[in-house]
Amino acid sequence: MAAFEGLSNRLQNVFGKLKGKGKVSENDVKEAMREVRLALLEADVNFKVVKDFINKVKEKAIGQEVMKSFTPGMVIIDIVNKELTSLMGETHSKLNKSNKPPTVIMMAGLQGAGKTTTTGKLAKYLQKQNHKPLLIAADIYRPAAIKQLQILGEQIDTPVFSLGDKANPVEIAKQGLQQAKENHNDYVIIDTAGRLHIDEDLMNELKDIKETVKPDEVLLVVDSMTGQDAVNVAESFNQQLELTGVVLTKLDGDTRGGAALSVKAVTGKPIKFAAMGEKIDALEPFYPDRMASRILGMGDMLSLIEKA
Amino acid sequence: AFTEKIETLVLRRKKIDEDFYEELEEILIGADVGVNVVMELIDELRTEVRKRKIEDAVDLQPVLSEKLVELLSGKEDNSLNIQESGLTVILFVGVNGVGKTTTIGKMAHRFNSEGKKVLLAAGDTFRAGAIEQLEVWGDRVGVDVVKQQAGSDPAAVIYDALQAAKKREADILLCDTAGRLQNKTNLMEELNKIYRVIKREVPNAPHEVLLVLDATTGQNALSQAKLFGEKTGVTGLVLTKLDGTAKGGIVVAIRNEMDIPMKFVGLGEQMDDLQEFDSEQFVHALFAG
Ligand SMILES: Nc1nc2c(ncn2[C@@H]2O[C@H](COP(=O)(O)OP(=O)(O)OP(=O)(O)O)[C@@H](O)[C@H]2O)c(=O)[nH]1
Ligand SMILES: Nc1nc2c(ncn2[C@@H]2O[C@H](COP(=O)(O)OP(=O)(O)OP(=O)(O)O)[C@@H](O)[C@H]2O)c(=O)[nH]1
Ligand SMILES: [Mg+2]
Ligand SMILES: [Mg+2]
Repeated sequence: MAAFEGLSNRLQNVFGKLKGKGKVSENDVKEAMREVRLALLEADVNFKVVKDFINKVKEKAIGQEVMKSFTPGMVIIDIVNKELTSLMGETHSKLNKSNKPPTVIMMAGLQGAGKTTTTGKLAKYLQKQNHKPLLIAADIYRPAAIKQLQILGEQIDTPVFSLGDKANPVEIAKQGLQQAKENHNDYVIIDTAGRLHIDEDLMNELKDIKETVKPDEVLLVVDSMTGQDAVNVAESFNQQLELTGVVLTKLDGDTRGGAALSVKAVTGKPIKFAAMGEKIDALEPFYPDRMASRILGMGDMLSLIEKA
Repeated sequence: AFTEKIETLVLRRKKIDEDFYEELEEILIGADVGVNVVMELIDELRTEVRKRKIEDAVDLQPVLSEKLVELLSGKEDNSLNIQESGLTVILFVGVNGVGKTTTIGKMAHRFNSEGKKVLLAAGDTFRAGAIEQLEVWGDRVGVDVVKQQAGSDPAAVIYDALQAAKKREADILLCDTAGRLQNKTNLMEELNKIYRVIKREVPNAPHEVLLVLDATTGQNALSQAKLFGEKTGVTGLVLTKLDGTAKGGIVVAIRNEMDIPMKFVGLGEQMDDLQEFDSEQFVHALFAG
């Protein structure tokens, strides 16, 4: 199936024809670049991001390296992989920490992206490092959203602050923060309602919460299956809220996850965590190099290397 | 039926050349229409252009529109398969967070307003707060929910609901299920078990198996349609969250490869935000703003 054949296969097809011809021409490189482009588009990387990316890679590829190589396919993969990794951030970046506790983390994102679940997972993650988080239930809109967070809180023995669904989310956040200070919680995680980036009222609500609690982290939660629209969403949330980082969810699926690249490219903000399942401990630090291989469909190659 | 994007493209480019095709390709890919389908479509357009000797971009517009609408509307009936008399069972399936439970709430409202007796089955016993969420919807709409405790066997819940629906002579039973990613074999087997229970308990049921897709989803929706289709015999698609800026173009690819009709679209979080699918309107929106 074309959609799942990795970039290495695609390039093999291009350069396989070269056997016997010996030399790589500029045309061969162009054809290879077309394959790189398709692979990225099939992985859901935004087409504008792909365009810039291809131009950058083309320059490098048409240079000496590829033309002289006996294994042009490998060289191109190497260039693409390195460029992708550097675009996505070389190393994994940690959570911000306030030097005056509590550290305040605010979650934001589209409906159903995984904010509430990730709130629970982050609490568990912090707990394991001997922190004492408080969760704040600031989603008053989604049916049973508060209940959902409370159940997660119970599972990991973490307090959840709520004023029910009749109170104002800004007020909930404010009073929750106050309680965290009184109870000496060193982290506060605010779960917010899912909303569209074009919903002015709800985006203003987030801005107000932000103004009020002055968070150290504003994390955009993004579903890794997101398609081309990821750039619009990320750009808009970033413009309105000045994000500090991104969490990519549902990476336990079989999506290539090109949205990761799109989001990073338009916001410049680091992806801090990868969510890998529905269970409360399915949260991992994000590794840009692994994501690059995944987008290119080279996951198998990587795991082979790891096994050896 | 074309707007902004295509119109400006057509007006600006005037001539059909390589740059024109490239821009057209970008509009389609930007709307998440599958890469392969876009390539095929553009190839077909090239052929048409040659055959019909079309030179001006303006004249290509209706050809493209026609092709897309044709692809999406299909020959089959897009309406729901509702029994004239007796129980109609509708099963909802899909990956996590796409809008299954919300769509059930909306659909319950729709049937309820038509005077039908509706019952909901809380078949998501896994996700925190899922049962409570469905109960809130039941209250809102004014319909009953059959449930068990969190963590119980979803197939058993559905079995209970089927018996209750028969006993109470309900017209419509809407079955919620937990979101699951299509590559999780165990969870897909669990879903298949639910499907088999429904098949066994009510003749000709489930009358509809609706796969709920999130319009913001990219190429992965294709794999969702394939694998959910295999395990649960999906009979229709519901595309949610079209009130955002995502276009949901991947359903074009799904329709191109599979014979599953689009049935409904979700346009918000409220009870009334559910509409029957309209292919012309959809294609129109694909190229808007
Ligand atoms: N497989 C998988 N499912 C996930 C992951 N993260 C979240 N989910 C599931 O995705 C669905 C939505 O998650 P929520 O945490 O409710 O999402 P949300 O962003 O809070 O949703 P709203 O509050 O309605 O906007 C649930 O079924 C979660 O169990 C993940 O990493 N992997
Ligand atoms: N804007 C918008 N939001 C929607 C739409 N449909 C559902 N939602 C929201 O998306 C989120 C997830 O919806 P659910 O109905 O819980 O999704 P689900 O598929 O049942 O999720 P799981 O059971 O966790 O897999 C909620 O916040 C809903 O309010 C829609 O058409 N438009
Ligand atoms: Mg939530
Ligand atoms: Mg649900």
